[in-house]
Amino acid sequence: MLFKLSIKNMKKSIKDYAIYFFTLILGVSIFYIFNSMETQTVFLEVTSSTREIIKMMISMLSGVSVFVSLILGFLIIYANRFLMKRRKKEFAIYMTLGMSKRKISQILFIETLLIGSVSLVVGLILGIGLSQLMSVLVANLFEADLSKFTFIFSWKAMIKTIIYFGVMYLLVMIFNTISVGRCKLIDLLQAHKKVERIKLKNPIFCTILFFVSTVCLGYCYYQVTKNAMSLNVHDIGKLMLLGSVSTFILFWSLSGILLKIFMSLKRLYYKNLNMFVLRQLASKVNTTVFSMTVISLMLFLTICILSSALSLKNSMTANLKELAPIDFQASKQKNLQNHEDKYGFQFTEEEIADSNISITETLEKLNIPKNYFQDDVITHYYSVQQLNYETTLGSKKEIIEKDFPVIRWDYQEILMTISDYNKLAKLLHQPTYQLQEDEYIVIADFEQMTNIRNLVLKEKPDLTLNGKTYHAKYDHCVDGFTEISSNHMNTGIYLVPDQAVNESMEIEEFFSANYRGQTKEEKYKIENLIQEPTDHGYEEGITTLSAVSKISIYEASVGLGAMVTFIGIYLGIIFLISSAAILALKELSESSDNKDRYMVLRKIGTDEKMIQHALFLQIACFFLLPLIVAIIHSIFGIQFANIILATFGTEQLLPSIIMTAIFLVFIYGGYFIITYFCSKNIIKEK
Amino acid sequence: METILKIEQIEKYYGNKGNLTKAIDNISFDVEKKEFVAIMGASGSGKTTLLNCISTIDRVTSGHIYMNGNDITKLKGNALNRFRREELGFIFQDFNLLNTLTAYENIALALTIQGKKQKEIDQKVLAIAKKLNIVDILKKYPYQMSGGQKQRVASARAMITNPMLVLADEPTGALDSKSARMLLENFEYLNKELHATILMVTHDAFTASYASRVIFIKDGKIFHELQRGELSRKEFFDKIIDIVTLLGGDLNHVI
Repeated sequence: MLFKLSIKNMKKSIKDYAIYFFTLILGVSIFYIFNSMETQTVFLEVTSSTREIIKMMISMLSGVSVFVSLILGFLIIYANRFLMKRRKKEFAIYMTLGMSKRKISQILFIETLLIGSVSLVVGLILGIGLSQLMSVLVANLFEADLSKFTFIFSWKAMIKTIIYFGVMYLLVMIFNTISVGRCKLIDLLQAHKKVERIKLKNPIFCTILFFVSTVCLGYCYYQVTKNAMSLNVHDIGKLMLLGSVSTFILFWSLSGILLKIFMSLKRLYYKNLNMFVLRQLASKVNTTVFSMTVISLMLFLTICILSSALSLKNSMTANLKELAPIDFQASKQKNLQNHEDKYGFQFTEEEIADSNISITETLEKLNIPKNYFQDDVITHYYSVQQLNYETTLGSKKEIIEKDFPVIRWDYQEILMTISDYNKLAKLLHQPTYQLQEDEYIVIADFEQMTNIRNLVLKEKPDLTLNGKTYHAKYDHCVDGFTEISSNHMNTGIYLVPDQAVNESMEIEEFFSANYRGQTKEEKYKIENLIQEPTDHGYEEGITTLSAVSKISIYEASVGLGAMVTFIGIYLGIIFLISSAAILALKELSESSDNKDRYMVLRKIGTDEKMIQHALFLQIACFFLLPLIVAIIHSIFGIQFANIILATFGTEQLLPSIIMTAIFLVFIYGGYFIITYFCSKNIIKEK
Repeated sequence: METILKIEQIEKYYGNKGNLTKAIDNISFDVEKKEFVAIMGASGSGKTTLLNCISTIDRVTSGHIYMNGNDITKLKGNALNRFRREELGFIFQDFNLLNTLTAYENIALALTIQGKKQKEIDQKVLAIAKKLNIVDILKKYPYQMSGGQKQRVASARAMITNPMLVLADEPTGALDSKSARMLLENFEYLNKELHATILMVTHDAFTASYASRVIFIKDGKIFHELQRGELSRKEFFDKIIDIVTLLGGDLNHVI
């Protein structure tokens, strides 16, 4: 009997449930797709370093999934509460008929079970279907061959999805039982009779608040763009809080002002149903300022996450040509006996002995013969005890510490001879420099560090080495690098005349070269031959060689880019559907509350077209308002993300913004259209 | 006298073959211009159905309703809506004011949906508000008004378009006796001074006594018709009460 009732209830209210159901299915399928990534990547033919990154990505995705399930759980409970509210009268009828609260809870239990299981099944089927498409995208992002199509199905992801959503539905059931238990019959019966009070806010007060909030937001915008470099984590936290509060105040004051403004535009206000639409909006904005704020902020996050994630992926690989112009670079620590007390740990006799062997010899010992390479260059790093950040940057300690409180003052500066550098620079296609006997240059390309160094270098401070004084050739850092990598990471190297250093000061030796081969295949062959010994050299206690290759850097950044993209898309979509679903549900429940108002409009003879137009305007405004605020926020948010992620280089913003817009239009726009049609159905005459 | 509304043998059936309810069973009558007609009957007698058919909210099963010579049972879609907003004025038992709008805006709404200009709207609203004595509540919201005030605002909304016919469905149903009297006096004023034609449905003899003619309906048929003529309201009221007793309501069934 109860089961029958539940089924009938669902059939009857299918229109109300449509959005809820749609959201659940989307949630389930997205959850499945991203958790089945492991299976999707198994079939890809990739090198072992890419495989490592994929492993890392999968573990990160499963971490993010916990967060995502929290958001979805919140969304489901929130949505369910909405639907429960709508059914107060129904419950009241059951109760007046003498049905016990336990029975009502049972009905709800069965309903949740039905909706849950149906949405799980449909969502999983959809997810399995879409994950086939996704695997193409995966292969594309990791630049792997996907010559043969394989059907992908992940038991693990499916079970995980079922468990996570099972728990969410269980929570919903518990919440339902509690809220039914709390119901009072009289409240249920009179729920629809509640008189709404319309409080018009004081327009002067609203205007003042509006200006206060815009000034606050303007301040935040200024801070995160023009002043971004000097912000630390605490400042950012404060700005985010200020921004959120200002957004809330903005919506609050807008709801008061906008109506006033339109009311004064009498010709517009008293045209067709404009008056009605505006009043509808105003009455709702009054009660929904908070959720508007939350939705707007969520949309803001979505836009920023999506666009930066997508652009990061593009730019990570864009830097490579410039920053990794050669195939191979190996380095080895030298003179370990000098380092002992500095780092506070002991090296074994063997390790010290090994550190005095030259890098070419080490390579041979590792079975990496010289004929693998061409254009090889040997260079050295030097350092002296007393030359650290304290001595070189200490004069501006206060300013630097204010902006970079985590700086390590005992970090030793690195020295390089000018002839070594010029040798390497030629190989790396970098400009070369000339030095007088008593001159030095600082090269760096890590932007934040360059800024710090330039503060000091502006005064052209002298450098003292072994009792001899050197003058700065330039009053700023020179752009350049010595180690191949995927992004600008050189925090600063002092170039000094050759005679300024001696062998005992040497700390590291570098071997830079190209593979002896022209085609991609030849290079890959050498790469594979080298990879094994360089990867495991240290573990076997042979030597302390560390090596990077252009190919491994490339794969790592492609992989990293793909990882960021996936996590960005995952979070972005979840945020987007959550905010759109909340808006849609809110709007739908309002529509059914407003049914009577539309009835009145019809009774006094309003054209159906005019009514539909009014409804459309109303819903469109409701969806657009938070989006517009979010977009304005994002204009500055993206710029900030751009500055923060500058080390990765985020040059190609436009395509990623277009992609983000496409996501927004499809998902947000989709929800909007569904909401409009459902609302139209609700307010239709029986 | 000019006939505004002509109802010809209308019938309205509910249900299906097995279980047929005749809500209106062959009713015909005319309403003249400037008349104030009350339709009386117990609940379930079919008087609200009759009103709904005239107001085109419901459709008749058979018969014709002519408004100024046009058959309104033939109207469809937007023509129906136009007819409603241009020729009819509505007053409902539960006021049907929009609670998000002020009194002024509620009244203005009837004109904005006709696409009238703002200046014209403003003049007309103020004029009708003066006549119905609601100028000082124009800025108020429905929840800030008494029942009587709400119904006067609703009357203003019904009248502002200068409708050919004002339809009132139990207008005093939700009012206390003092507000009811005030409203009915307003109706009288609308009828006498503004020459509005009013068709009112009620089950209350006192309310009906303000009309110039009362039509009694029982079980979907016209049972009786009273003309006020030169009678005072008190005398008319007594006559109505006589018929109501004759109609007997429940007494009939006791015997």
